[in-house]
Amino acid sequence: MSGTAIDIVRTTGEDSETVARAVYEHPLPVRLCHWANAISLFVMVGSGLQIFRAFPSFGAKIPQKDLLNWPKSFAIGGWLGGALQWHLTFMWIYIATGLVYLGYQIFSGHYRQVLFTRRDIPGVWPMVKHYFFFGPKPEAHEAYNPLQKQAYTAAIGLGVLSVATGLAVWKPVQFSWLAWLMGGFHWARFLHFLVMWAILGFVFGHLVMVVLHGWSNFVSMLTGWKKDPDD
Amino acid sequence: MEPENDKPQAGGPKREDPKTVDPNMAAPELEESKIKESPVRLKPVQPVMNARQFSRVSRRELLKVAPVLALGAFAIPRFQDSLLKKGLGFSDWASARLFRRAHLAQTFADADLTPFEKFPINGYDVEDPGVIFENWTLTVSGAVQKPGDYKLEQIQLLPRVRQNTRHVCVEGWDVIGRFGGARLADFLAMTGADTSARFITVACADDYYESLDMATALHPQTLLCYEMYDQPLSRKHGAPLRLNIPTKIGYKQAKYLTDLKVTNVLEKVGYWEDQGYSEFYGL
Repeated sequence: MSGTAIDIVRTTGEDSETVARAVYEHPLPVRLCHWANAISLFVMVGSGLQIFRAFPSFGAKIPQKDLLNWPKSFAIGGWLGGALQWHLTFMWIYIATGLVYLGYQIFSGHYRQVLFTRRDIPGVWPMVKHYFFFGPKPEAHEAYNPLQKQAYTAAIGLGVLSVATGLAVWKPVQFSWLAWLMGGFHWARFLHFLVMWAILGFVFGHLVMVVLHGWSNFVSMLTGWKKDPDD
Repeated sequence: MEPENDKPQAGGPKREDPKTVDPNMAAPELEESKIKESPVRLKPVQPVMNARQFSRVSRRELLKVAPVLALGAFAIPRFQDSLLKKGLGFSDWASARLFRRAHLAQTFADADLTPFEKFPINGYDVEDPGVIFENWTLTVSGAVQKPGDYKLEQIQLLPRVRQNTRHVCVEGWDVIGRFGGARLADFLAMTGADTSARFITVACADDYYESLDMATALHPQTLLCYEMYDQPLSRKHGAPLRLNIPTKIGYKQAKYLTDLKVTNVLEKVGYWEDQGYSEFYGL
């Protein structure tokens, strides 16, 4: 666990009894960015799927072969123009929260908690065994275990990629070098779509872990404090 | 050892401010080194907080996250429309700043062209508004020295540019087409247009209308297009004259042009823009 654990005591008269322990896990900038980013990601995915509905294909326009017919009720914006308004508005919030988060992590040094490095590689397999094959729980030395670090580092990388591919789709002429890196506008659009599914994959795993690890984990992203960190 | 690192250790039951027990990254190392220095203190002093204090601190920290709820304004129907318009307006503002006058859109080899018969025809109303070519002129007005009706032959006297460029539709598809015509910049020079004006507006035979910022109008790849694939423009593709703007999205590239105006004021922006699409939409 990051930070120093504190004892929470209940005092009755002269006696005081320790009722719980707590750790300050998530500083305010991280919590603010987390929730603003979660909301903007929700809107970006919803409106992005509505935009996709206008041409649900990655092939030629003539003849058009649709990839999937995404239901309108699981999309945001109602129509292409409306969805573009949502997308082109919330992309600024999405980018801003990403930049503030990255800036804070780098400036504060907290990135070391999250960044997956070569030293974390040996710890990945024992963690996978623990999570998926009932292996013993490896001893925790840091705030996040190697598998968590890998997931969070990948998620941050995917966030950067989602913006890069998005910029290439939005401005393939002004950011021609970005579009070129991705093989042109056509491929940039496809990659933008793929990155979205990868991010949704992370979100799914993230939510599963939050549910499995209980209420105090969820609360800590709201208040910063995690109760009973050893549980 | 830095003196402020001692603070968490000094904490007692009376401690009010959670920030002094703020767990910085150095804290665990600090404890280890303490242990080495004084073997007597095997167990470091645990900072303590009263349960009631902890609830108060938690509530206070929760409230600090509340500003995120301001995003909920987007869910309120009364504010939603104007907020989204502001967001789109900000994107358009940024787009105009990102636009570089001298930066050319990529051009392609003939082998990369989408076959002509696979170049989509997007009309908003009719595919052929039935323009009578013999009578057709482009009526020029606004901030120009030589307003009036211009014949196609006059436009074709200007240097002809042919370019293989990408045409991107707002729907998401894209094709590479071959376009030929006169630079809009040359035509504006011919009519003596005031290029310090902000906009060009066009009206079309099918009642479609569009507008263009002056910077894009003067871009060397912005054409008054009368040819596609080296053939005179077909009726369905906007004969006799359309806009071809490789730095703009498809709906900006109006077909069947009849009127062109140089102006500083936009009464209407464009057929799609006035329904909520981006005004600038530069690529």
